[in-house]
Amino acid sequence: MRTLFRFHGGIHPDEHKLESSESPARRAPLAKKLVLPLHQHIGNGAKVAVQVGDRVLKGQMLAGAQGMISAAIHAPTSGTVTAVAPHPVPHPSRLGGLCIHLESDGEDRWIALAPLDFHAMPKSELLGKLRDAGIVGLGGATFPTHVKYGLAPGQRIDTLVINGAECEPWITTDDRLMREHAEGIVRGIEVLRHLSGAAEVLVGIEDNKPQAIAAMRAACAAAPIEVVVVPTLYPSGGEKQLIRILTGKEVPSGGRPTNIGVACNNVATAYAIHRFVDHGEPMISRQVTVTGNVRVPQNIEVLIGTPLAEVVACAEALPGTSGYILGGPMMGLHVDDLHLPMVKSANCIIAKSGQLFPPPPPAMPCIRCTRCAQACPADLQPQDLYWFAKSNNFGKTQEFHLFDCIECGACAYVCPSHIPLVQYFRFAKSEIWQREREAQSAEVARERHEFRQFRIEREKQEKAERLAQKEKAALAAKPAVPAPLPVAADPNADPDNTLQMRVDADIARANMQMRIDAAVARAKEQAAIVQPKNTDDLTPHQQAEITEIETRRAKLREIASHAGADDEPSKSN
Amino acid sequence: MITALLVMIGISLALGAVLGFSAIKFKVEGNPLVEKIDAVLPQTQCGQCGYPGCKPYAEAIAKGEADINKCPPGGEEGIRKLADLLGVDYKPFGEGAAPKAKAVAFIDEQTCIGCTLCLQACPVDAIAGAAKQMHTIIASECTGCELCVEPCPVDCISMKLIPEDISNWKWPYPVYALTPVRNEARKVEAS
Ligand code: SF4
Ligand code: SF4
Ligand code: SF4
Ligand code: SF4
Repeated sequence: MRTLFRFHGGIHPDEHKLESSESPARRAPLAKKLVLPLHQHIGNGAKVAVQVGDRVLKGQMLAGAQGMISAAIHAPTSGTVTAVAPHPVPHPSRLGGLCIHLESDGEDRWIALAPLDFHAMPKSELLGKLRDAGIVGLGGATFPTHVKYGLAPGQRIDTLVINGAECEPWITTDDRLMREHAEGIVRGIEVLRHLSGAAEVLVGIEDNKPQAIAAMRAACAAAPIEVVVVPTLYPSGGEKQLIRILTGKEVPSGGRPTNIGVACNNVATAYAIHRFVDHGEPMISRQVTVTGNVRVPQNIEVLIGTPLAEVVACAEALPGTSGYILGGPMMGLHVDDLHLPMVKSANCIIAKSGQLFPPPPPAMPCIRCTRCAQACPADLQPQDLYWFAKSNNFGKTQEFHLFDCIECGACAYVCPSHIPLVQYFRFAKSEIWQREREAQSAEVARERHEFRQFRIEREKQEKAERLAQKEKAALAAKPAVPAPLPVAADPNADPDNTLQMRVDADIARANMQMRIDAAVARAKEQAAIVQPKNTDDLTPHQQAEITEIETRRAKLREIASHAGADDEPSKSN
Repeated sequence: MITALLVMIGISLALGAVLGFSAIKFKVEGNPLVEKIDAVLPQTQCGQCGYPGCKPYAEAIAKGEADINKCPPGGEEGIRKLADLLGVDYKPFGEGAAPKAKAVAFIDEQTCIGCTLCLQACPVDAIAGAAKQMHTIIASECTGCELCVEPCPVDCISMKLIPEDISNWKWPYPVYALTPVRNEARKVEAS
């Protein structure tokens, strides 16, 4: 029997799991129109790789990973790309994001699929394949999996923690997945074990899921994987909390689990990896719990991009539904309508009703009871963080480790004054990020400004030097060049001699011409000097931007010249 | 008595020598206060403070010649930081010096005649181009200082507000009513 550890705090909210956990998962019908946000993971959005009008097959890559932290997006079904345009996406801002719009042709035709022999390829290649398969963490944070296992040299992973705790109320997708697809999950865990090189693999499951525990134990019997039952306590499914429970190790403040030799992935991620490695299927669907104020709460396998309204329709929302929660009631996103597409992070849709989710009682002043601090799993002082965030004292919030807050909502849950504490923490975090962005761009501007001043100074000096040199050169060259011919050189000449006068005039003209030539040359040289040179020293990114603009201009010019031919006459009259 | 005097003189001479030496040896380049103030300023380099750039304004503040509320791009937050740094009181913006929403310059490429005037005005070299060629703003480097707008002889530069999108969206300050129940109760009582 393994000794388990306790994390600080934690709460016991009503579970509401049985509503949806007892019926088998089913598949949502194929939607006519799918909308695929480019930004479904932490990091950079994906880069569109198809054009409007393209016919694509199920599983074809629509957008590729871009930059270090990113993942690809694939066509969830076969059909035609109808647009690449903004569309509302599940985000607290309620703003739109760029999405690929796909019209399905109903045939659901796959690309050629082939399993992957992951043992035979170098790890870096396997990581690249996971990135191109769009594999991201399905536990909620959607962190690209390949980034997690792209270890820095010298870093080692001893323990691989597989998260099947599913501690948030109402959600049962991992439960169902473990009951129905334990074998597949174990196959995925094998891949992760290979990637991490971990000697120890622990699967943590809360004790409120006995069937899932039994299924996983049976599937793991032959493998060196230990299924560990952990007591039900919210938020034991938090990455840091589960690691603490299973290993007793504490992820350092501001650090990653890999810092202490631990990697953590969700069971659903392991299953998605199995689908990719053993069947060649990229991440195009996920399982989601639809529950709350619906007639048939259940788990549904949904293609990414399916309108949420169609997902909820499968479970039949009951009258009295006042809104929806995407995710769980503790950490989820409250949305009013369902004109949103399914994304990789959505693990649950809860229909709210006044009865199930009564509006929160009005907030009262903080009485500093410190109940929030007792409940905080990150061992923070929420009442202090709240005080500082409220008074815009962001430096202090950072001193009190605001960024260790996992936004679990335990503090707000226990607060007798019903203060929306997490909202304050999110507000403070985004203000601090904004400031950091601003400080960074100010730093860049300062550097550029200083470089410009240096450049101007340098150009001035260079110009002065060149002038001085030229003058010297002119002085030195004087005897060599046909020096100004002596005017009235012959003292014996008859001043009245007309021939002599004509010669003098010729000489004068020649002198003048020489002077003009010199002036023109000088002007030319000066022009060359003052010619601004800020197109030197460009970063590749800027260079790319300029090239792009140049091509756009070329196109515009072409259009303009075509249009000009028709325009000119009408303009002139 | 004389010895004591000589000892005191000797000590003071020795200490003076040490002080003088360290003043030369550990000389701080530039004024550290200026650097600190400059670090708080937004580096927009717009000159709205009445000085030709952020650094000159920082120098003026350090000398005590300028007020701390002269930099609109820095916003009230900037004034607060300056007040904190200098240990003086917060001062609101004067008339007509309110901060504007952040924007970047945009050149109408069809109209640009390639005169290089804007390019010479830009304090952060955020405009790419050469004589008689169309110019373009490198938006990621533009600080929105508007200095390039005025010199353009064909008025082809305009300032475009940076739209709010998911990447720069911020969580709003939580707004909720404190104990409205009691107010209602009071109203009921009053009526
Ligand atoms: S639980 Fe609420 S009232 Fe108590 S200290 Fe925390 S924030 Fe204040
Ligand atoms: S939301 Fe943050 S502060 Fe509140 S209990 Fe969770 S981790 Fe602690
Ligand atoms: S007003 Fe403009 S130039 Fe002056 S300090 Fe502020 S940003 Fe810099
Ligand atoms: S492009 Fe114009 S607005 Fe932008 S930094 Fe340069 S001068 Fe200022």
